[in-house]
Amino acid sequence: MSDVQIHEFRDQIQNAAASKSVLSIHGGGSKAWYGNPNAHSKLLTEGFHGIVDYQPEELVITARAGTPLATIEAALAEKNQMLAFEPPHFGAQATFGGAIGAGLAGPGRISAGNLRDYVLGTRLMDGQGHDLSFGGKVMKNVAGYDVSRLLPGSLGTFALILEASVKVLPKPAGTASLRCFISEAGALKVLNEWAGQPLPLSASAWIGSGDANADGELTIRLAGAVAAVQSATVLMKSTLGATELDPEIANSFWRDLREHELDCFHDVGASDVLYRLALPAACPAIDFSKLASGSAQHRILEWHGQQRWWHGPADASTQAKVKAKAIEHGGHASCFRVGNNGVVQRFTLLSDQAHSAALTAVQTQLRKAFDPSGVFATGRLP
Amino acid sequence: MNTVAPPPDLLQIKALQAKLVSALRPILAEDGLLWEPEDTIPYECDGLAAYRRMPLAVALPENEAQVSRILQICHTMNVPVVPRGAGTGLSGGAMPISQGLVLSLAKLKKIVDINPFTRTAVVQPGVRNLAISEAVAHLGLYYAPDPSSQIACSIGGNVNENSGGVHCLKYGLTLHNVLRVRGVLMSGEIVEFGSLAPDAPGLDLLAIVMGSEGMLAAVTEVTVKLVPKPKLAQVIMASFDDIEKGGNAVAAIIAAGIIPAGLEMMDKATTHAVEEFVHAGYDLDAVAILLCESDGTPEEVAEEIGRMTAVLEKAGASGIRISKNETERLTFWSGRKNAFPAAGRIAADYYCMDGTIPRRHIATLLRRIHEMEKKYRLGCLNVFHAGDGNMHPLILFNGADPDEWHRAEEFGTDILEACVELGGTITGEHGVGIEKINSMCVQFGEHERELFWGVKRAFDPAQLLNPDKAIPTLSRCAEYGRMRISGGKLPHPELERF
Repeated sequence: MSDVQIHEFRDQIQNAAASKSVLSIHGGGSKAWYGNPNAHSKLLTEGFHGIVDYQPEELVITARAGTPLATIEAALAEKNQMLAFEPPHFGAQATFGGAIGAGLAGPGRISAGNLRDYVLGTRLMDGQGHDLSFGGKVMKNVAGYDVSRLLPGSLGTFALILEASVKVLPKPAGTASLRCFISEAGALKVLNEWAGQPLPLSASAWIGSGDANADGELTIRLAGAVAAVQSATVLMKSTLGATELDPEIANSFWRDLREHELDCFHDVGASDVLYRLALPAACPAIDFSKLASGSAQHRILEWHGQQRWWHGPADASTQAKVKAKAIEHGGHASCFRVGNNGVVQRFTLLSDQAHSAALTAVQTQLRKAFDPSGVFATGRLP
Repeated sequence: MNTVAPPPDLLQIKALQAKLVSALRPILAEDGLLWEPEDTIPYECDGLAAYRRMPLAVALPENEAQVSRILQICHTMNVPVVPRGAGTGLSGGAMPISQGLVLSLAKLKKIVDINPFTRTAVVQPGVRNLAISEAVAHLGLYYAPDPSSQIACSIGGNVNENSGGVHCLKYGLTLHNVLRVRGVLMSGEIVEFGSLAPDAPGLDLLAIVMGSEGMLAAVTEVTVKLVPKPKLAQVIMASFDDIEKGGNAVAAIIAAGIIPAGLEMMDKATTHAVEEFVHAGYDLDAVAILLCESDGTPEEVAEEIGRMTAVLEKAGASGIRISKNETERLTFWSGRKNAFPAAGRIAADYYCMDGTIPRRHIATLLRRIHEMEKKYRLGCLNVFHAGDGNMHPLILFNGADPDEWHRAEEFGTDILEACVELGGTITGEHGVGIEKINSMCVQFGEHERELFWGVKRAFDPAQLLNPDKAIPTLSRCAEYGRMRISGGKLPHPELERF
């Protein structure tokens, strides 16, 4: 079956190259809204599925692009392992290839690293239909350039991912989630201080209302050796007055946060969009209410404040202010998701030019090396 | 020895050298440019001393502006440039090019900034790996990747090799511990990869620069992550009377859901060689010795040591000792850390390999290496990062005997091909450099290598930055293919060849 599909992929890519047309790689469609929209013909990966190799003691899983992400996670859970970067699904149809192409990570990113860090190797098809393999299934590999790690976050604009091998980790022996109410500045301070100590901090989320001065709800996840989690739990209860969450409630909270399914993500004005800010560790509290008059939207801080979400007006003036704020603090911002209201049609990268002129030229040539005819040039990644 | 182009006319070289020296002298300090052979000879090789070449000149800039100017001038003059850090690399990645310049970044050795709140340090490329951890020790932080050469190797070199170390199983490679890299392209343009934020906007180019062996950009500044120093570390030393049991114990620890801070193995030949040297009290009857380290809070360590001990006992360890204090922990490690000097004591020369294989094949590869020892009539010590499957066979030979060196090279190539066959790679952390460039023809097909060249040309269209390393040309692979045909058969007929 797989050989037939490889031939089909090759035919579709080579035909597109010959006719100078563009193909939009499409897995389950769960993240079709992410990135710039495009109306090009689709290259469907859904039929190319299955786990190719999974040896729990090697801490590696290799699967085809169209494999449902849920299938991968279920196979890992059976052996008490996991994808430590906790990729968001954003829909039941999410595929493994789509998760890698999007390059997104969930709450565990702050302690475990991003998706790119876990990609060990890929089998891909370039814009000429060549079936290529880079990296491998081993932890350490410095043979040749690390081509595989260019693909996460490239939104299908470089090559078709056929298969990928990613590193997996054992589930932690112990976990606990704690919650308390604290100011935004107080939360940022305590999280960054604790992150510099040998504590089993695994994830954090601070959710505040539109009132910049009011306390918000801080949730912390601890994960590691049972004894370490226990002693950190005692510390956090005594320093923050935090209470421990019921494990089931905690699990749904972290899952809903990852999937943007918490109420604070839904409670959005009709003309609002979801802004994402990626910021350095030292970035202080940002008063979003000053960026748009009359806005009283939630602020959601993840990754010890390095990833912040804010629903705000879609207008150009707000976009400019959000962008300026992010750049002022050494980060970048994007208009991550628009509501179902159709007000804003486009995903916009709000950082100043992502790369200097020299690197822009490098990037253009890199794309040509993978895809000389521009088969994957959907423009989805700005 | 490695194939080199025939030497061009000596007068021509002298003329080019004079031209290069006069172009670079005005922009560098008095002692920033070397071209007399007695001054440039220390730069003729890196840590892989079997491969040597003299460069036209060596430039030692003191700042990024000078690096940029040097590259611009060489770009205009069409002179190839080989960037060099501390010169501890083990694959000849910093071996000079006869008609090229060596760009030493050793004088860029300032620690620019340390921020305990953001847990980052900004350092210049010439800063030694260990110097970073020493500079932040008072804050309870350290820089995690710890290659064996950490006392001498520099962070710029670590970026270019994506260096690992004993603790990378738990704490990751250089890639996982660097946020941002500043560098200069061959054109002289200054660029930045990565971001202090958790991701960079647009396409992420940091990963492609990691481990690029000085072929894409000359590194001028690195922002590293610092992590909290564990309060305690303890190590288990387990003996095995059978190599199979030892290999299986490694897989069993990982399968039990434990990621040790270090998981290293030594074979019998190694323990015998090092015991004489360090007197650590190793079990000399053991066929293999496994060192399993745990670090963290005292409670965490106690819990993990207990779990690992149980797994090792079940896996059939013939003896288990747990370090009782820091002195004993260091004694247990002393043999592992001194394996290289010990090899140097029992043989005139040794050749260190660096293949990586899936963990489950450790015993298979060790048995094959044992057979190769007989075939090539050379001894081999096996000491390696078992947790990562990253093998470091040390082939013992006498370099004064050309036939022994030739056999050692063949032995090494055979090991690397076995690694590829077992689903692994020819280099886990030392890089391809000049040493393993032929083995790249075995690991990658023509189209993969062509894409590597595409990446190279995107950063360096003139192909002047360390151009003869890491990625073999099509003709080189064709020639290598002819060399390796024996008995009319190509090795690995399943691989596509052209």
